[in-house]
Amino acid sequence: MAEDNADNHDHPHDHDHDHDGLPSDPELRVRAIETLLVEKGLVDPAALDAIIETYENRIGPRNGAQVVARAWTDPGFLQRLRDDATAAIAEMGFGGRQGEHMVAVENTPEIHNLVVCTLCSCYPWPVLGLPPTWYKSAAYRSRAVIDPRSVLAEFGVSLAPEKEIRVWDSTAEIRYLVIPERPSGSQHLALGGLAALVTRDSMIGTGMPMAVGP
Amino acid sequence: MNGLHDVGGSHGFGPVVPEPETPVFYQPWHKRVFAVTLAMGALGKWSLDESRHARESLPPEDMITLSYYERRLAALIGLMLKHGFVSEAELRDARASPNIVPATSALPTANVATVLSQGSPTERPLARPPRFQPGDRVRTLNIHPTTHTRLPRYARGRTGEIAMYHGAHVFADANAHRKDAPAEPLYAVRFAARELWGGEADPRQSVTIDLWEPHLEPA
Repeated sequence: MAEDNADNHDHPHDHDHDHDGLPSDPELRVRAIETLLVEKGLVDPAALDAIIETYENRIGPRNGAQVVARAWTDPGFLQRLRDDATAAIAEMGFGGRQGEHMVAVENTPEIHNLVVCTLCSCYPWPVLGLPPTWYKSAAYRSRAVIDPRSVLAEFGVSLAPEKEIRVWDSTAEIRYLVIPERPSGSQHLALGGLAALVTRDSMIGTGMPMAVGP
Repeated sequence: MNGLHDVGGSHGFGPVVPEPETPVFYQPWHKRVFAVTLAMGALGKWSLDESRHARESLPPEDMITLSYYERRLAALIGLMLKHGFVSEAELRDARASPNIVPATSALPTANVATVLSQGSPTERPLARPPRFQPGDRVRTLNIHPTTHTRLPRYARGRTGEIAMYHGAHVFADANAHRKDAPAEPLYAVRFAARELWGGEADPRQSVTIDLWEPHLEPA
């Protein structure tokens, strides 16, 4: 992964950090900070563990997949999602940090939506979890707005030239969830089966839902 | 600020490398940086906008060479120093000074779920009507503040159309720098790719950017 490479590079960091006296190795550095903050009573290690556990195990793209599957099957819910996505998503028990103000954008045969944050890495945590490394990368953030089709090609997605592509640059606290098109041949599937087709990338706009198996 | 964080439209960063949905973290220390940053932010001394400004204000060489979680940690250290949570001496000695007693205590484990599920909504009531309506043509200001702004460089001085009105939200450009920042009407503004990138751009592409009323004038 790109981030691993960035973290493992052997470029010396001391030139930037020797002013603060902390180790330059990031692992030792964060350990020193955490130890200091615990000693000062500013963080509780158990609270840190609870935060990590939440985003490793409880909050992730399977939440968003449930929202999409319901939008595909429940016209009333889809309408509520269009009218007030924050409230509709809250019906399913998802909301809060980095999803305080949600907007759902629907892919259609004519329109494909793609979400980016060019200035930082804003992302709808309650429905998608924490962003993947590529979403935070300069490669994605720089090119999604100027040449989205080339970005999609790197995800193996090829759109017809006549298809309109709408890129959403999340520059404020509005968080966008892409509702991909329901795959053909999925009419017989129940909610669980439909949600299993919904990939994380299809809810960002860099992918399509999985095809229905034979 | 015109910083290296504002990369929209830049070339040369290479391919985008897709990855599976898991793992969420690639290194154990990434988890600690993430959690410490969130827990310290939950103490309420700085806003998300201030923390974004701290990240974009890192030295340019750090913006280029440090990884995402190293930048987060560097910005957090800067914020903790600025707000008096830690001192230079404490960082140097990697131990707490008995002379510096924090006025705030740690986010309790029992409150983590509530903090995460409540978040920090930014919408506020507004006494006046918004200046623009969906469908209105607007032009972004050509401004280059040295302070925080959410108007990306690639969209300055450009003409677009109001696509949505999001309500009034705390104005991030001000909120990064002061406590009493006002709420301003926030809009999704749609720009044709050709308006942003010139006549060679894809005629079937647009970019929609969330911008506050102070970023906009009638076109």
